[in-house]
Amino acid sequence: MGSVDFLVQGIIKAFELIFSLNPYIMSITGVSIRVSGTATILATLTAIPLAFAISFMQFRGKQALITLINTGLGLPSVFVGLFVFLMIVPIGPFGFLDMVYTQKAMILAQFILITPIITGISLAAIKAVPQSIIETVYTLGGNEKDVVIATLKEARFGIITAVLAGLGRGLAEVGAILIVGGNIARTGSVGGIGEGLSETRTLTTAITSETSKGDLSTSIALGIILISLVLSVNILANYFQRRD
Amino acid sequence: MEELFRIENLSKSFGNKKVLQNINLKIFRGEIFAFMGPSGVGKTTMLRLLNLLETPTSGKLIFNGNDDAILQKNYVMRRMSMLFQRPATFNTSVFNNVAYGLVIRRVDKKTIEKKVIDALALVGLAGYEKQKALTLSGGEAQRMAFARAIVFKPDVLLLDEPTANLDPANVAKIEDIIRKIRSELGTTIIMASHNIYQVRRIADRVGILLNGELIEVNTKEQIFTHPNDARSYAFINGEFIY
Ligand SMILES: Nc1ncnc2c1ncn2[C@@H]1O[C@H](COP(=O)(O)OP(=O)(O)OP(=O)(O)O)[C@@H](O)[C@H]1O
Ligand SMILES: [Mg+2]
Repeated sequence: MGSVDFLVQGIIKAFELIFSLNPYIMSITGVSIRVSGTATILATLTAIPLAFAISFMQFRGKQALITLINTGLGLPSVFVGLFVFLMIVPIGPFGFLDMVYTQKAMILAQFILITPIITGISLAAIKAVPQSIIETVYTLGGNEKDVVIATLKEARFGIITAVLAGLGRGLAEVGAILIVGGNIARTGSVGGIGEGLSETRTLTTAITSETSKGDLSTSIALGIILISLVLSVNILANYFQRRD
Repeated sequence: MEELFRIENLSKSFGNKKVLQNINLKIFRGEIFAFMGPSGVGKTTMLRLLNLLETPTSGKLIFNGNDDAILQKNYVMRRMSMLFQRPATFNTSVFNNVAYGLVIRRVDKKTIEKKVIDALALVGLAGYEKQKALTLSGGEAQRMAFARAIVFKPDVLLLDEPTANLDPANVAKIEDIIRKIRSELGTTIIMASHNIYQVRRIADRVGILLNGELIEVNTKEQIFTHPNDARSYAFINGEFIY
């Protein structure tokens, strides 16, 4: 088999797997979306109030918080994975939660990774709202609450971009969820490939294991889905950026 | 005449820069008062102080008998609105922009719709409701901001160069509206302008600012015919002196 042939065969097989809605691959896709989606929602619920508090309120430790967020922006995901793992191992401080190798642990790790990203980009979007908008709210009779709402509205496209950037990071991330999730699938086999349905196996972690196992068409199928998801998120983000 | 604003020994500095010094002035309910003076003298700053967007460095501002207006910021601010020299536009429709002051006052939807449509018609923007406000021309944006400032019928209207971006026909239109608002609603109007012709057309009383001081306050007739201060005369006749 020539090398081109082998690639073509792999890609054809991959599309077959995708369009037949292979249960192994679908379950992995489902876990990816569920974990990164949940982490993104929780991170958004934390990040947006945080960004507003930093923008509009004076409190002790604010500068330290900003430093923490900036540091968080560049955190290597394996480091976050290791940190969360050490917290939740049975002899760790949160061992009693029994979270090792669960989707909960993966969500927690991604939450830590994503929150600084959404906060950081939202902060920039809020900062870009001109002071004259805030003064317009006041002069038309608004109070502090109205200022926050108006700022949220003015910065909306930037904030949506921030959330999508967080989701994109989550979907593409591999280090942290591999460490705390363990890339686990059930025993047995579904759909003739791989193993059983995914427990904590995501598109990214599955690609690493399927590739090392040598099941390239499965890897390619997973890769196509991953890229399509990340690309869609980016196209959406781009659209909102241009609306701004 | 009922006193609406009393300004006592008001001064404002930005850092070391003294912009306004020892301003003393009364403004009466229902009058059209104009601040005149050269560019950079502090007209905008004066209006911003009255709107409580700026806090004075020293001195007192008494609004409607409230001994210290600054302490009752929200109450006082709800009663006035200011049209900025360079109006800001909310990134939404023209309708939503004009409706803003009514929405935050929790006016019902039907009334809002009617008032916004009326206000837009008044400034010559009928039919612009759905347009994105950021796509308006400079003059249209200024007229939209004017409609937004008057739609909830404030007691006090602060106008900072209200017609600076407009063509003569629209200038006449806005000046008409200003006169009408005052005569029909009794709104107190305080404006800043370096356009002496405009001040002459619509103001009742005029205050001339020069080098941070209010050098003369007088009725329009007096200021334009027999000013008390030689510097007022020079300013009105276009002979700047410093
Ligand atoms: N926030 C600020 N910080 C520093 N300086 C300021 C600030 N606001 C105004 N100034 C200065 O105060 C002075 C008065 O400004 P202001 O805008 O009140 O002038 P103006 O009379 O409205 O001028 P124009 O006719 O050009 O609009 C100017 O020299 C300006 O640079
Ligand atoms: Mg000015």
